Amino acid sequence: MATSSPVRRAVRTLTGLLVLTAVLFGVNALGVHVFKESAWVPELALDLQGGTQIVLEAQTADETPSDEQMRQAVTIIRQRVDASGVSEAEVTTQGANNIVVQIPGVADDATRERIEASAQMQLRKVLYADAAANTFVGEDGETTPYPTPDPSLPATPTVEPTAGNDPNWITPALQAQFFAYDCAQPSDPSEAADDQPLIACDETGSAKYLLGPLEMDGSSISDAQAVVDQQNGQWAVQLRFNGEGTKTFGEISQQLYGQAQPANMFAFVLDGQVISAPTMDAVITNGRPSISGQGITQETAQVLADQLKFGALPISFEVVSSDTISATLGSQQLQIGLIAGLIGLGLVALYVVAISYRALGFVIIASLAVMAVLTYILLCILSWRVGYRLSLAGVAGLIVTIGFTADSFIVYFERIRDELRDGKTITGAVEDGWARAKRTIYISKSINILAAVVLYILADATVKGFAFTLGLTTVLDILIFIIFTHPVMQLLARTRFFGGGHPLSGLDPDSLGAVFRGRAQFRAPAVTSPRSSRARGEAERRQTIAERKEAERRAGERLGTEENV
Amino acid sequence: MRSMGQWGNDLYTGKASVPFVARRKLWFIIAIALVAISVLAPFVRGVELSIEFTGGSQFTVSAPESTDQSIATDAVHSVDGEAEAKVTVVGGTDIRVQTTQLSQDETRQVSAALAEGYGVDAAEVTDSFIGPTWGADVTRQSLWGLGVFLVLTFVILAIYFRTWKMSVAAIIGLVDVLVITIGIYALAGFAISPAAVIGFLTILGYSLYDTTVVFDKIRENTAEDGEISGRTFGESVNLGVNQTLVRSINTSIVAALPVAAILFIGVIWLGAETLSDISLSIFVGILVATYSTLFVSAPLYSLMREKEPAIAQRDQRVLGARA
Repeated sequence: MATSSPVRRAVRTLTGLLVLTAVLFGVNALGVHVFKESAWVPELALDLQGGTQIVLEAQTADETPSDEQMRQAVTIIRQRVDASGVSEAEVTTQGANNIVVQIPGVADDATRERIEASAQMQLRKVLYADAAANTFVGEDGETTPYPTPDPSLPATPTVEPTAGNDPNWITPALQAQFFAYDCAQPSDPSEAADDQPLIACDETGSAKYLLGPLEMDGSSISDAQAVVDQQNGQWAVQLRFNGEGTKTFGEISQQLYGQAQPANMFAFVLDGQVISAPTMDAVITNGRPSISGQGITQETAQVLADQLKFGALPISFEVVSSDTISATLGSQQLQIGLIAGLIGLGLVALYVVAISYRALGFVIIASLAVMAVLTYILLCILSWRVGYRLSLAGVAGLIVTIGFTADSFIVYFERIRDELRDGKTITGAVEDGWARAKRTIYISKSINILAAVVLYILADATVKGFAFTLGLTTVLDILIFIIFTHPVMQLLARTRFFGGGHPLSGLDPDSLGAVFRGRAQFRAPAVTSPRSSRARGEAERRQTIAERKEAERRAGERLGTEENV
Repeated sequence: MRSMGQWGNDLYTGKASVPFVARRKLWFIIAIALVAISVLAPFVRGVELSIEFTGGSQFTVSAPESTDQSIATDAVHSVDGEAEAKVTVVGGTDIRVQTTQLSQDETRQVSAALAEGYGVDAAEVTDSFIGPTWGADVTRQSLWGLGVFLVLTFVILAIYFRTWKMSVAAIIGLVDVLVITIGIYALAGFAISPAAVIGFLTILGYSLYDTTVVFDKIRENTAEDGEISGRTFGESVNLGVNQTLVRSINTSIVAALPVAAILFIGVIWLGAETLSDISLSIFVGILVATYSTLFVSAPLYSLMREKEPAIAQRDQRVLGARA
């Protein structure tokens, strides 16, 4: 390990650390000032900032739902929460069959109900279709929004409509509503009545539909697949209806086929959005229509097939837990955590300086300080880039890692002392101790990282936050060990105070019994240096029984005093 | 404390030595007794599972106008006359109410009734409704995690140390730590909650970590014993443990201090349950892990290896040379 100039290298490494820290702060500063998305404090999880967490469990008969179904459900629930005007909600899957919804603040009952309703697929005939605009160009040439419908407009059809696409459904009130309807603020799909017309937009918000009452629901679709049409090589979605659905769909296609647009269109509505509204180009009585045409690519066909199939398999979800944390309690918990962390750090500092390592203790404190700064800035960046949220478990994880981190330095210092006991110079001991400590640190820390990774992958949301901080800090800990603690030790070894082995430096060779052996021998400063254990064995053997007893007694006494620390 | 360094010297040279290996029968008996107590304790005391495992509803009222507990009982019964309610005052200021399983609607009604009864804003009442499957799910996942972790660790350590016996000794030590830690946790009268489970999982990492550090020193020592050595295998192991003893003591103190701070604050301050549950399990676990590495894993490793013909032969020679 020894190079021609450890000092130069140490200085270089430390400069690297400074640069790294500056870069991290720079990145976050970019996030704060340029992208306006980051902050100088990490985002807090619900348990620290207050909010509602609802855990839903898929209610499938016996098999676990597929990942695909879960993804669909998450997407749909997210759309619903967004539709209810809640901002910053987080919807994630957890395990094989749970979905976790986290909402800042208190969730009202309407939001809860919306979350719990199972996804709905409706099939409706189309009364009218138009571009999504809810404005018109008036006589003055200005773009004017359509007025809010006048409540006095007649809202009951004058002539009883005979079919789902009978224009008689369109009352003046409905027409006014349709024109004023804004796709950016969709109405709540759970309020749609089955026997009434419905206004809905397509997914992109570029087209608006006025739809007739419900004709069939998603349960009549038994399967949907994206396929390539053998005749023209185009992508299409192949649908299959079940027995009941085949019959109904046959009747509908007979009725729609040959009519003028939009009366020949048939809309698939998922959670209040029209996902497809193909025209009926044939009478289909075998229950196997296929949807093809403009704009259907491999990707869109796949998505549409998924949606149709998912609508056909509405997984119902049941609430298994719901937690509301008041903001007061959250901030209190955070406060306690922070105070505890500071007290803990103070105690550690006191112990390593006053009791075990004297001046070397300051190296531990400095290393922990560097660690704290890097962890903090990384958490800010992670909050911004990957949506990390610091939870109470995460705070606990951070506090626990103080001990883990300090251990790398303790192992290192003890190794240095061991080398000094073998009679090496301080500079030599720092290098050789490093070489030996490194191995130990790497293997033991990898066990720690392994634990964190396994926990992160397999555990539920609460544990995840904890595992993440544990893993992150372990990696940082190794990094700091290499680019801070070791170079600092190299530099300190060359100062008069440490290098000279001042009694207060914690590296005093005399007190470390280097004289005990007093052997002069050259040893390659390699990890595999054969220790002369024989000398030690000799010394042991030559101890008289009395000496041995004395030593044990003394050791026992000391052990006693150690434990009263 | 010059003596610590001095004692460290004596441990390093073997002048002072704690007989971890020589007295192992005694240590094993103590370990078995501790495990037995830990396993039996919950049966005697009755282990309490937190609401996450049993299912139920829990409410916390922050800073109520009065801490009269009957208000809470009335609030619960106004919604459901059958429900049992357990009311406690936490931290001297907050009211905590735990009830048997209510429906979600009832949970919200109780929450509103509590806010009204105690004259606080509705947002100051924390409510949780937890289905009985929730805790079971968490536990099942944790056990999976534990299994996977153990298998991976076994392989990694066996490759690194070039002997599966170290893996076995480390993992037996780990099981010992988990059992004793959970036993002490239950004896302290704390309910086992998901936070405690997190604590136990952390300890699993810590315990193996600690054992690995000590085993690495043992590996160094036993690898250095060539054909001509003044030490038997057991003595080498013992020396390794003693040489890292100062580090073991320092580390366990340094690791336990911050956790003790959380525990102390968490317990004396109002119900920061998550914090106190997690810190108690980790605090106990750190101390037990240190103990287990020294008194269980290391002597066990020595015991497992000594029977190997090559090692047994060499030990014979060493002892013969001494005679």
